[in-house]
Amino acid sequence: MVELTINNIKVKAEEGMTILDAAKSVGIAVPTLCHLKDLIPSGACRICSVEVEGQRGLIPSCAYPIYEGMVVETNSPRVRVARKTIVELLIENHPQDCLICVRNGNCELQDLSEKYSIREHRYKGEHKDHAVDISSASLERDPAKCILCGRCVRVCGEIQKVGAIDFINRGFTSIVSTPYNKGLNVSDCILCGQCILVCPTASLREKSSLKTVSDALNHRKKYTIAQIAPAVRATLGEEFNMPLGTDVTGKLVTGLRRLGFKRVFDTNFAADLTIMEEAHELIKRITTGGTLPMFTSCCPGWVKYLEQNYGDLLENLSTCKSPHEMEGALLKSYFAKKMGIDPKDVFVVSIMPCTVKKYESARPELNVESLTEVDAVLTTRELVRFFNIAGIEFADLGESEFDNPLGESTGAAAIFGTSGGVMEAALRTAYYQLTNTHLENVDFEQVRGLQDIKESTISINGLDLNIAVVNGIGNAAQILDEVREGKSKYHFVEVMACPGGCINGGGQPIHQKIDKVIERMKALYEIDKKMLLRRSYENESIKKLYAEFLGEPGSHVSHEILHTHYIDRRKTRKIVNPK
Amino acid sequence: MHENIFDHYEKKDKSSLIPLLQDVQAIYGYLPEDALQEISDYVGLPLSRVYGVATFYNQFRLTPLGKNVVRICRGTACHVKNSANILYSVETELGIQAGQTTRDKLFTIETVACIGACSIAPVININEEYYGRVTTKEIPKIIKKYRSEVQKETASGKVTEGVK
Ligand code: SF4
Ligand code: SF4
Ligand code: SF4
Ligand code: FES
Ligand code: FES
Repeated sequence: MVELTINNIKVKAEEGMTILDAAKSVGIAVPTLCHLKDLIPSGACRICSVEVEGQRGLIPSCAYPIYEGMVVETNSPRVRVARKTIVELLIENHPQDCLICVRNGNCELQDLSEKYSIREHRYKGEHKDHAVDISSASLERDPAKCILCGRCVRVCGEIQKVGAIDFINRGFTSIVSTPYNKGLNVSDCILCGQCILVCPTASLREKSSLKTVSDALNHRKKYTIAQIAPAVRATLGEEFNMPLGTDVTGKLVTGLRRLGFKRVFDTNFAADLTIMEEAHELIKRITTGGTLPMFTSCCPGWVKYLEQNYGDLLENLSTCKSPHEMEGALLKSYFAKKMGIDPKDVFVVSIMPCTVKKYESARPELNVESLTEVDAVLTTRELVRFFNIAGIEFADLGESEFDNPLGESTGAAAIFGTSGGVMEAALRTAYYQLTNTHLENVDFEQVRGLQDIKESTISINGLDLNIAVVNGIGNAAQILDEVREGKSKYHFVEVMACPGGCINGGGQPIHQKIDKVIERMKALYEIDKKMLLRRSYENESIKKLYAEFLGEPGSHVSHEILHTHYIDRRKTRKIVNPK
Repeated sequence: MHENIFDHYEKKDKSSLIPLLQDVQAIYGYLPEDALQEISDYVGLPLSRVYGVATFYNQFRLTPLGKNVVRICRGTACHVKNSANILYSVETELGIQAGQTTRDKLFTIETVACIGACSIAPVININEEYYGRVTTKEIPKIIKKYRSEVQKETASGKVTEGVK
């Protein structure tokens, strides 16, 4: 323990802590911009400057370790002037269009301006003039709004280990961009949107589909259907000041009906279906000497990563479409037929925690009878905006139930939204498919939690199933390299591109609250625990679907409608044009 | 063709990035896009980082140099003597901007910080020659000289193209 003084308060803190953390531990806030928790400090922005007795210059508190007897002043007049100047300079370089900005009200630059009471323009800065990169189907990059904090570069490079963007040029012309300033769509980017979640401004943002969706809702002939991903119900409440981890499923259904959707279904239904198909595929591969390990395929960010970097391992990917694509495919075939609607009139909107899903829905091979399966994808954030525009007071809404038959689901589907969830759900069903008996304890604690890689061996009827769960795309390479060298011992590997899984997806509410991932995760396990049925094969609507339409898992019809193929994209990155 | 360059460096050693860039530039006179991708694969750094480094340092070029390199000094002394106007008139004369090369690959414009001849500011330098106390009026004449030299050489069959 080290003893120091911060703003005349005696502080005891652990050795090795930064001034920033020590100050925080006693309730003293120091503003930061370039700082990212758990990453090595870069010390680039200097907004966190403090005064340290005996030091001439100001010290960046995020990068400076404490020592015994240190005397720190975090809010002296000198510090305040320095910080204010930094903020003023940033503002002067920034487009002055807060009023029409997508981050209006949730922007760290605005917050700083307010915090330091900036009320006039004291400097006249040159504004950057850059085209917005709208080349990808999921993200927009607007370098004019970039304050060069570098958070996106570090998340993309150090956490996701993709490295699609970096600082290029230097001095005034320095910007964050892709190689040769080409569009994101031809870069290494997997469109996961993790960079959006850390960007303090609107320089990185999703490509909005709000207009497409509201046009469809106003169209007389369109039969509009919404489906909700597992992870959205655990996060959307945050945007309406509900506590982290509040389950808002019932309100969501009510809200979507009020927006005018004719039917509101649950992607969880298709998650159960995915499990039926995927567990069947796994067992088939194991018993017939198919390609192993089998990789899960429900995360399009991960699929894109594999196609771009390990195009030689496509055989390992499960051929199952992701749940919302399965749901879309069924809506435009099974459901449309059942209802006697022309599938061409069906307009499917997926409410997703994810930015890559926008890109995924535009992949041409994901179609059913030549119709796009999912017509538009709205992120959690976009849906919040839609509710606001429509004057829907979300917090006050009553609860409703999903429509049927594509609205019923089990606890196994609920946990799809968190890292380890798909694995756990698949194990529950694989056990049954292998043994014809029900698994008593369905909780696989060993695949839960936030470790980078979770591995385990599960014995089912004398078969030792080696499994691994990769939590975040940045941890995938080591397992993939082993597979490439033929040294992998695994049978089944789950990969989710976003750290924590979809609950921390690139389309989720933006804020830097510390325990958000843990709390959201808890919410999903809570939903699972409360369910009467927790194994996918027990879902009555799924049984009916197989009886009426699909036959059995892996059948010919299943393959037609629920399975897909992948493309080796190691040479060219350009594939899907934005819708 | 530059396999031999890579032989001098360990695979996946990130510290060889800058020496590798220098070697490639020494061969081609600039950094071709394919070469950057190869370097990125070899040292195990994302292309964005390699590109970032290549654009950070002034010593690296991403486009081939023209046969004649026109350097305009933008140092303090020259700045005071209106080097901005000199730059502007060279750009106008050649129809390109600083950092670019003409389509016929005859000229490249570069700006430099203090050539070291402040006493005769403003200064420009073309290949090996220096021009001091230049005025905007002289620029077309100076450029013309290099153009006609090339024409002469072409006529005598010595040079037919720009560099590489
Ligand atoms: S979307 Fe993901 S891969 Fe693309 S730049 Fe952002 S963090 Fe990197
Ligand atoms: S794009 Fe956003 S996160 Fe990235 S450097 Fe600019 S302001 Fe920071
Ligand atoms: S983990 Fe979920 S939110 Fe993230 S890219 Fe994959 S599917 Fe999308
Ligand atoms: S937050 Fe400390 S230097 Fe940027
Ligand atoms: S400033 Fe131009 S030569 Fe010194």
